[in-house]
Amino acid sequence: MKRVQFGHSPVPYLFVAPQIIIIAIFFLWPAAQAVHQSFLLEDAFGMSSQFVWFRNFNDVLSSPSWLKSAGFTVVFSSLVAVLSIAISLFLAVRADEVIRGAKVYKTLLMWGYAVAPPVAGLLGIMLFNPLMGDLYILFNKMGLDFNHIQNGNDATFVVVLIAVWKQVSVNFIFFLSGLQGIPKSVTEAATLDCKSAGRRFWTITFPLLAPTTFFLMVINLTYAFFETFGIIDVSTKGAPGGSTATLVYKVYVDGFLGADMGGSSAQSVLLMIMVSVLTVFQFRFIERKIHY
Amino acid sequence: MYQSKWRSLTNHIILILGSLFMIMPVWIAFASSTHTREFLFQNGLQFMPGGHFFDNYGKILFDQSATKGRVTALQMLFNSMVLGLGFAIGKVIISMMAAYAIVYFRFRLAMPLFWVIFATLLLPLEVRIVPSYEVVAKLGLLNSYTGLILPLIASATGTFFFRQFYRSVPDELLEAARLDGAGPWRFFIDILVPLSVTMIAAIFIIMFVVGWNQYLWPLLMTTDDQLYTIVIGIKQVYNSLYEGGQIPQFPKAFALTIMASIPPVLVVVIFQRMFIRGLVETEK
Repeated sequence: MKRVQFGHSPVPYLFVAPQIIIIAIFFLWPAAQAVHQSFLLEDAFGMSSQFVWFRNFNDVLSSPSWLKSAGFTVVFSSLVAVLSIAISLFLAVRADEVIRGAKVYKTLLMWGYAVAPPVAGLLGIMLFNPLMGDLYILFNKMGLDFNHIQNGNDATFVVVLIAVWKQVSVNFIFFLSGLQGIPKSVTEAATLDCKSAGRRFWTITFPLLAPTTFFLMVINLTYAFFETFGIIDVSTKGAPGGSTATLVYKVYVDGFLGADMGGSSAQSVLLMIMVSVLTVFQFRFIERKIHY
Repeated sequence: MYQSKWRSLTNHIILILGSLFMIMPVWIAFASSTHTREFLFQNGLQFMPGGHFFDNYGKILFDQSATKGRVTALQMLFNSMVLGLGFAIGKVIISMMAAYAIVYFRFRLAMPLFWVIFATLLLPLEVRIVPSYEVVAKLGLLNSYTGLILPLIASATGTFFFRQFYRSVPDELLEAARLDGAGPWRFFIDILVPLSVTMIAAIFIIMFVVGWNQYLWPLLMTTDDQLYTIVIGIKQVYNSLYEGGQIPQFPKAFALTIMASIPPVLVVVIFQRMFIRGLVETEK
């Protein structure tokens, strides 16, 4: 906080009011509603409901489809985070070294940030269209027996590929600015000491980028959890048999398409807890980074 | 810096491959959107543009029957623009004001209110969509721009950004302003806002893109075709691709995809420096 501040007056309340009012109506109220509903069991017509304690949570946590979705979410998120970070770090290191055309490459690799996830989903799934998708045809010509419509692993491959494609640009931007923040004197000294670019990278550059990498890990996990909704909804819709449905996608399917309010709210509350843990983790880390 | 010829060559090859990896899907979509659907159906996706660019794009932009609903792509682009701008403007104004109160004033509820704002970071809209939908329905805001935009603004990313920035503004400015007799409003309007111009621009660009690209919320909120954003339009067209036993409308779907991407991509590319600065400094 500031050393010098305005004294007591009603003015600050006027300034925070708009944000607080919007938060109260569109955040606190729905969040409370979700918690409340997660303890209720509605009858089939939604006419009456009954307080059932933790039964909805119990049902969710013991349902095979939720566990399957949780398992998929973990695999999917880790694959997306690790692959997109690895690819963009690789590209950023090269883009940082290059002298001629550096600006052009930077532009060509960063614009993907602006593409909406469902757009990415549509582009990707078209390439895997069984009738005319180039990648679908190519994979089958190579004798891979690729079929993402029936095979869960193949479908996972498709959504991971699309999600990684969409995320590379963000990671690239962060890594490139991280690399450009490393003082030239450090890189020059390293070049004198060590001819091997690979060793230089692992002993000097990578440790210096570790905070960025860790931060991106959290960002990418959050992305894979939430923002991939659009990708999945346009590409596989969780098929085949829920094998590519993330937890967020499942909340939507159960709550809106299946109208199971109690179950969907319990799932929401579980997700809230998971995300809160992730965010607190992220914030503690950022605070720590500032003290360096 | 010393660099071998070989290293420099591989650098370029890798970067070109990376760029192709990013661009190819969009290029294929664009090239394919300029052919007739019969041609695509027989020959598969295309790498070279065909001669039906004006035909396909014109139809989808202005002819209501070309999209599945009774809405033209032009209307959908307009809706997306309203959402993107409304979201960005609303977010910037609200978060600047809230951050100002938190950083520059001593007041009793400062801490509790700060934590309420912070809590919104913990729970993205995606995890509370069902109750949020119910609340908006209760307020009678379904199928309205207000219902579309306001719930999305209820998160604190912008507030944290401006809080960070205000804290870096030297204290002497406020001291000087107060000696000159400036009150809280004056200081905000005449000193802080002008100081924040580049920050505002950076956050505005990011928020515009984020708003334009919203998907889940508009999908739930809008059942009226006239309020579809272009991103939602893509899904509607894609869902009806195989309807009616006709040859699938791939060129139309691709044309919509291209149109949905051009505005945000242009914004990001044109304002690249500001955008990157905003992104890296907010850390999301």
